[in-house]
Amino acid sequence: MPQDNPTAPMDDREPVFQARIDRDEKIEPKDWMPEKYRRTMIRQISQHAHSEVIGMQPEGNWITRAPSLRRKAVLLAKVQDEAGHGLYLYSAAETLGATREDMIADLQSGKAKYSSIFNYPTLTWADIGAIGWLVDGAAIMNQVMLCRTSYGPYARGMVRICKEESFHQRQGYEIMLTLSRGSDQQKAMAQDALNRYWWPSLMMFGPRDDDSPNTQQSMKWRIKRQTNDELRQRFVDQTVPQAEYLGLTVPDPDLHWNKEREHYDFGEIDWDEFWQVVKGNGPCNRQRIAHHVAAHEEGEWVREAALAYQARKASAEEAA
Amino acid sequence: MAASTHPIFEYALALGDDALVLGQRIAEWCSNGPYLEEDIALSNVALDYIGRARMLLSYAGEAEGQGRNEDQLAFTRDCRDFRNLLIYELPRGDFGFTMARQLAVDAFEVPFFEALTRSSDRTLAGIAGKALKESRYHLRHSSGWVIRLGAGTDESHRRMQDGLDQVWGYTPELFQMDAAEAALAESGVAVDRAELRQQWESTLDEVLKQATLGRPADDWQIDGGRRGVHTEHLGHLLSELQFMQRAYPGLEW
Repeated sequence: MPQDNPTAPMDDREPVFQARIDRDEKIEPKDWMPEKYRRTMIRQISQHAHSEVIGMQPEGNWITRAPSLRRKAVLLAKVQDEAGHGLYLYSAAETLGATREDMIADLQSGKAKYSSIFNYPTLTWADIGAIGWLVDGAAIMNQVMLCRTSYGPYARGMVRICKEESFHQRQGYEIMLTLSRGSDQQKAMAQDALNRYWWPSLMMFGPRDDDSPNTQQSMKWRIKRQTNDELRQRFVDQTVPQAEYLGLTVPDPDLHWNKEREHYDFGEIDWDEFWQVVKGNGPCNRQRIAHHVAAHEEGEWVREAALAYQARKASAEEAA
Repeated sequence: MAASTHPIFEYALALGDDALVLGQRIAEWCSNGPYLEEDIALSNVALDYIGRARMLLSYAGEAEGQGRNEDQLAFTRDCRDFRNLLIYELPRGDFGFTMARQLAVDAFEVPFFEALTRSSDRTLAGIAGKALKESRYHLRHSSGWVIRLGAGTDESHRRMQDGLDQVWGYTPELFQMDAAEAALAESGVAVDRAELRQQWESTLDEVLKQATLGRPADDWQIDGGRRGVHTEHLGHLLSELQFMQRAYPGLEW
């Protein structure tokens, strides 16, 4: 893998790189790329991988308590898909020279982030529906865009992930539909889940474009193809009619259809809350990392044993 | 106590309960495994068991003919009405215990489901055909780990041996036949479990040899699952499994 001095000034290979991007060519692992592009991609892909992995916790929280055997199987399969997404995203980041050990260490130290939405607790079964519907719905907005991102392995991984995510979103919506057609208690449970998950779902798109310093460079490198605010608007426009169909109320008094813009106007996100959760002070940040660390430490002896066994086998084969 | 004594109901229920409680146990590994790869592998195993439980409990409900479906059977019976063998309900323990239990169960289930594919009951034979394929994969997975851990480090060897020792007294129950099961075996529906013991032992001996682990002494055994006399662990497993149906009875989810 080519190594570049990150402090080097403008490299003459950079215009060639940019020209390839502008022609919509995919950048592949062995291609030359600016060090900053490499670092940005590693950061973004590993953050995405961590989101899949940490996301297993709030949903896994309901596997043992799912209300029917069919729901249990579907949820288990969903969480398993997420583990699978995590794996191939880690592999995609590895094509850029990152190692899984380092990425996990960064996750556990708090240096690497993951989607803030998973720092909210899943308190009722309806939260599993809301996560599928809203969180996977928001993720898909982002991921559909990323299917055309400039880094080849990431774009290709995203195509497969998107297919599974849309399936998850339909399952989540179907949970919400069942609840909203159910008893008063079930309807209330669904509304409560929407109340708690609506704003955090809007926060998933990240800061406002004005406050997103990386957006411009990411757009230029075609890592992103739409801004945070564009994607957020699209999510609101898509989701509000779905909530109406469910007979649920979106918890935003400022929400209304703007005829001129042909979009929904919506209220202001609580950005203090957003930054608090990003900084690690959300309801479950500490719990999520502690869980990940505990499982990782508990598995240490297993990983050591697997390595020792492999080494012993290799040396036995060598001796033979 | 179970309301019905229909023999096919009892048999499918017992096998369904085995699958249900172990599926629930293995699902507890989700996000707790030593590797992400292992979270995926164990989720797969759990899914196989939940799938079996659904087929077997549905069939039990049909055989009973009182309108109980898979969910009513899974979520509204209490501990004493569960018919699973004790080995299936034991807590997941550490990874070594989970793999020791899994090896014991997989090495049993491969020949068991192989034999059940020849059942005169076509539904059971069909379920067995699917379960057999799964259990062959499970056995490759568990025996691979038992070997790796047994022959890995000192710590993994010790933990693996501990796991094996702890599960050992629950294995004889796998081979016990009660009168009802014996009668079903006689009529070609059920499998004679007692006959599978030798094959089970030779599978285990082969794995333990490669794993440099010792076969525990056969000096203790605990049973009672088929009579509904369980370990204290089952009630807690059920309180989690059944929480929603107990808190909100009779609703569709």
